[in-house]
Amino acid sequence: MSVVTVQLFASYADAFGAPQLEIPLEPGSTVADLVRRIRALPPGDLLPASPRVALNRKFASPDKLIGSNDEIALIPPVAGG
Amino acid sequence: MKRAGLVTHVIDPASLIAEVQSPQVGGISLFLGTVRDSNDGRSVSGIDYSAYTAMAESEMADILAEAGERFGVDSIVVEHRVGALTLEDVSIAIVAAHAHRQPAMACTRFVIDEIKKRVPVWKRERYVDGTTQWVDPTHESGASAP
Repeated sequence: MSVVTVQLFASYADAFGAPQLEIPLEPGSTVADLVRRIRALPPGDLLPASPRVALNRKFASPDKLIGSNDEIALIPPVAGG
Repeated sequence: MKRAGLVTHVIDPASLIAEVQSPQVGGISLFLGTVRDSNDGRSVSGIDYSAYTAMAESEMADILAEAGERFGVDSIVVEHRVGALTLEDVSIAIVAAHAHRQPAMACTRFVIDEIKKRVPVWKRERYVDGTTQWVDPTHESGASAP
C-alpha cells in the first residue's frame, strides 16, 4: 500500500475543503480504483460518477495504471474562455 | 511562431497582433472572450478565473500544435487571463495569421473550441446579489458560451 497525493481545484477543492488529498492505493491500482476511493470519502458522493483525472498533466482513461511518482489531479468540468 | 500562456495582466490584443504580423501574412483572425453581465438569468458583476497552470499551458501548447498541422497556420498566439476580472474585461485572446483568411479564421475557431473542452481553467461567477458560483458547462444549456 502506498499513499498518493491528488491535487484538487475549483469546485472540487471547495467541496473537500482542501487543495489536495492523500489517498492510500494498492500497487497496480488504476484511475478507476482511485476514483472509487475518493468517492467513498465525504463528500465524494457529490462528484460525478466518472470525474476526469489527469496523470502527469494529461487526461487519463479509467483503466490507466497509476505509478507511485505520478502527478495526479482531479479535474472539475472545465470552463475556460 | 506559436505561443500560449496564462497571464494575470490585462490582455492587449494589439500587442498580440503585432506578434503574428509579417509581410507574408494576408489575414489575421482575432477572437476575444469577454466578461458579460448576465448568465443563466443571473446578473453577473465579475468572474474569478483559476487554473491548473502547468497542465493548462501544456494542453494549450498541444492545441496550438494540432491547429498548426490541421490548418497550415504557423503563427498563433493565445493569452488566457486568470484572477479577478470585471465586466468587459478580456478573458482570452486568440490570434492566428496566415497568407489567406480562411485558414486563419478556422484556426481561431478550432483553438477556442478545443480550449473550452480540454484546458483546465475554471471560472467562479460573482453575482450582483453578492453570491458566487462555479460555472459548470456540463450542467448548462449552452447559453453561457461566448
